[in-house]
Amino acid sequence: MPSLKDLKNRIESVKSTRKITKAMQMVAAAKLRRAQEAAEAGRPYAERFNAVMARLSASTKGSDTAPRLLSGTGGDQTHLLVVMTAERGLCGGFNSSIVKLARTHASKLIAEGKTVKILTVGKKGREQLRRDYGDYHVGHVDLSHVKRMGYDHARSIADDVLNRFEEGEFDVAKIFYSEFESVITQHPQVQQIIPAAFEADEEDDSEASFYDYEPDEGEILADLLPRGVATQIFAALLENGASEQGARMSAMDNATRNAGDMIEKLTIEFNRSRQAVITNELIEIISGAEAL
Amino acid sequence: MADTMQFELVSPERRLASIEVISVQIPGTEGDMTAMADHMPLITTLRPGILVAEGPAGTEEYFVTGGFAEISAKGTSVLAEMAMPKAEVTAEQMQDLIEKAQSALEQATAENKDAAAKLAADMSEAYGALGL
Repeated sequence: MPSLKDLKNRIESVKSTRKITKAMQMVAAAKLRRAQEAAEAGRPYAERFNAVMARLSASTKGSDTAPRLLSGTGGDQTHLLVVMTAERGLCGGFNSSIVKLARTHASKLIAEGKTVKILTVGKKGREQLRRDYGDYHVGHVDLSHVKRMGYDHARSIADDVLNRFEEGEFDVAKIFYSEFESVITQHPQVQQIIPAAFEADEEDDSEASFYDYEPDEGEILADLLPRGVATQIFAALLENGASEQGARMSAMDNATRNAGDMIEKLTIEFNRSRQAVITNELIEIISGAEAL
Repeated sequence: MADTMQFELVSPERRLASIEVISVQIPGTEGDMTAMADHMPLITTLRPGILVAEGPAGTEEYFVTGGFAEISAKGTSVLAEMAMPKAEVTAEQMQDLIEKAQSALEQATAENKDAAAKLAADMSEAYGALGL
């Protein structure tokens, strides 16, 4: 049975925890709004880019001259997994669910006899993956100093990936991130970026073939494919940003509510034991008086 | 009044413009071009330079680099890796970009040396054209 003093301390500490989680929740809510706006602002670019790329790649895919970024190296022996997570924890299952997806993917590939290389973006993913897949870990991109995710950051990650590709370090690259659906739901996603797989959105297919290209298709494609990698990474980073804040918001909301419940329970216990102490004292006094 | 078409300028971070214009002057890799309504469908890559959109309400100028322009019957969309209104570009930013282009040129392999040299030259030219 904890003493009255202990209980009082407990209540105080839970109260201050609640204050912290409450504050974190509000900060996350504000950041979420900004992250969502950023994700929405980036969407038109990504959509248009993909539409044009789909059209371009469809027309060049069959030919021998197709760039390697599109046609691949011909093999699929070595896989690069780019795992994008958050820099911070306390956001529910956000980091773990991305890492879990990456982990299932990696172990499946290893079981198939493929070589796996892992590049992590964000501290949390590195920490979690280093334990089991430390040998496969080939690099890490640190974004902890980044306040506002910009295209430049995506660009530098893309450059890193592209350099590795140029040097023949891998055949297939995939990115792992979390798609933002709502504050409560975020879906961990895997997306192949090299060789590029653009989903054709075949709405205006009829006019596709009438386009003129300047310079020619091949050159445009060679120019745009590396940008496509950056665009996809950027879109994923933005989705991730929104997901992280969303996940943190709901996790902190739960924590706040939980702390409230705990305070209630502890207060009842505190009152009860205080009452018990008083009753005890009275019994002692009364039985002392009766004995006389 | 001249025919107008829809013009869109988007960068990865935001949509800069979505307006009705009479003509758009685009800094294409192989030279400047002006697109007007009912232009032949065309896709061109961009070089660093100044994009001029002339609308019924006035002329807007933007600095753009890296990306492409898509001209179709529906209108013109320009997807630039970096785009901002001309007035917002600072000399520092430009010098930074030129420096980057220069260092890319120094590191370029024989294969893409030409492209890197062109980028650096275009960048300096754009800097001159901005008149900072």
